[in-house]
Amino acid sequence: MSWLLPSAVAVPLLGAGLTVLVGRRLFAQRLIAAGGVGFVLVAAVVLLFAADTDSPVVAQLGGWGAPAGITLIADRFAAIILTVSSAMLVAVLAYAVAQLGRDALDWWFHTKYLVLTAGVVMSLLTGDLFNLFVGFEVMLIASYVLLTVKTGPGEIRATMSYVVVNLVASAFFLVVIAFTYGATGTMNLAELAVRLQQVDPAVRNGLGLLMLVVFGIKAALFPLFMWLPDSYPTAPTPVTAVFAGLLTKVGVFAIIRTQTLLFPQDGPSSLLLFVAGATMTVGVLGAIAQNHFKRILSFHIVSQVGYMIMGLGFLSVAGLAAAILYMIHHIVVKTGLFLVGGLVSAENGTGALDRGGGLLHRRPIVAALFLPLALSLAGVPPFSGFVAKIALIQEGVALGRGAIVAVSLAVSFLTLFSMTKIWGATFWGEPKESAGRARGGMIAATATVVVLSLAVAVLAEPLTGLSTRAAADLLDTAVYISAVLGEA
Amino acid sequence: MSLIGLGVASLLFAAGAYLVLQRMLSRVIIGLGLISHGANLLIVLSPGKAGLPPVLSGGVDPAAVSDPFPQAMVLTAIVITFGVTAFLLALALRSFLLTGSDAVEDDLEDRRIAGETREFDDRAVDDEMHEVTR
Repeated sequence: MSWLLPSAVAVPLLGAGLTVLVGRRLFAQRLIAAGGVGFVLVAAVVLLFAADTDSPVVAQLGGWGAPAGITLIADRFAAIILTVSSAMLVAVLAYAVAQLGRDALDWWFHTKYLVLTAGVVMSLLTGDLFNLFVGFEVMLIASYVLLTVKTGPGEIRATMSYVVVNLVASAFFLVVIAFTYGATGTMNLAELAVRLQQVDPAVRNGLGLLMLVVFGIKAALFPLFMWLPDSYPTAPTPVTAVFAGLLTKVGVFAIIRTQTLLFPQDGPSSLLLFVAGATMTVGVLGAIAQNHFKRILSFHIVSQVGYMIMGLGFLSVAGLAAAILYMIHHIVVKTGLFLVGGLVSAENGTGALDRGGGLLHRRPIVAALFLPLALSLAGVPPFSGFVAKIALIQEGVALGRGAIVAVSLAVSFLTLFSMTKIWGATFWGEPKESAGRARGGMIAATATVVVLSLAVAVLAEPLTGLSTRAAADLLDTAVYISAVLGEA
Repeated sequence: MSLIGLGVASLLFAAGAYLVLQRMLSRVIIGLGLISHGANLLIVLSPGKAGLPPVLSGGVDPAAVSDPFPQAMVLTAIVITFGVTAFLLALALRSFLLTGSDAVEDDLEDRRIAGETREFDDRAVDDEMHEVTR
């Protein structure tokens, strides 16, 4: 079983190499990309099943036992996020095949997409702090290149700020790595969890805050989010959709992993809750001010990340379970919304709200795909967002954290408001002349994502059970430590 | 960590931060290089005092050997930074060829929103935005 862990990273990377070797053969490239991403999905499902029924799946690379070598580990939390992420990678690939057509060859889209996949998988599965840095870099370098597939002035400007911000964040990451190694002499997360408990609390808190800043930049937390709404909207739809669904969520994943495993604390963290509230509020206010479909959605990514951090901030089993459930919901819904944004752009020729209108009469199918996703994002029952938000709010009330509960409810209303703004401007009103038609494959891929988001709502009961078990593992660090280091 | 090494690293960070805040892309890139060097230097310094080369042939006391692990890490980090810097340079060149200047441009949507409050005609900006985000 443990061979699946390294191969989930290696297969997409090998596939990326193969796509270069086969050259400009579209069918072969598509086949390799589908094979690579499909393999990751299958591996993720198997790992999730194994981690949930038995114990975390662990692989020690090169046979070097921990903590000397690099550890890959799929516990419940990592396997859940990996499964949802790889399902979205498959759906977006299908969408991209339909939308890009032969353009995919000129952009070497499949190659970059597979490298991005490998980076995401590596960041999620790694049990080594330095390897996490490498995983992030693989993912980011693929994302830089994907952002610049079209090299107009707009893309260059947006990518430039994205690269600069992320490079500074990477430098901070290296600084954290240096300080952590200086303080503990290890990079293995499980051994770090043990040794950091013996370190001076002042040093430990400093390292914890530095890591929060580093991953906070990647996850677009307040006040470190400004790069995100600036750079995401300029890329082609499949690229933006996969960034929106996955990249910031890998950052959130790293925050949850490090804060629970390396810097455990008892009781809710007021700092995290404050950051969560500020992130939600600023994100949603930014979204309301925008006039462009994708820019509105980009600001909503920021706002939604706040909800996940809110669940982490409670630092209780129920709170973390709600955060994991929220991540599952969000990855699906956000990817879907961006795909719908691409459909609207294809139909109207623009994503600008004041230039669209009447799409409900011309293409009711696009409106039908948008509506459940938008309501789900705002948290309207019975959609998946409601299930995740109610879990967060119940825990907030149970812990007596009224302020953050009030903020999250207010932000939900504002989210609904900005979704109605999109609805009114894009789908209602006088039909404008058609600028083209979204291809059938694009609509089919988007519909699959919508069905998945509905499935999250229908399967809320088993998913809540799964998230609760994953959250219990996160808080009981002994599970992770003994899985990697053996029974000590 | 040696005090001199820490001093050099903080100098590199300070100079890098100053350069990154400039408007010229070439300076931003040099600044990023300096910041990365500072971070890499910290990794090299992290295991403490230098020791013998980490080759365990007969008679070498393992305690006197310097820790090879950070050196492996810093090599990886240097290679990654090198690759990204090369990419940034290519991006800067492309930007220079497109706009004829080395300066970082304004964000069109920011200008549009600023324009709504200052009532300047934002239609032209909107047209550009429309082209860009297709």
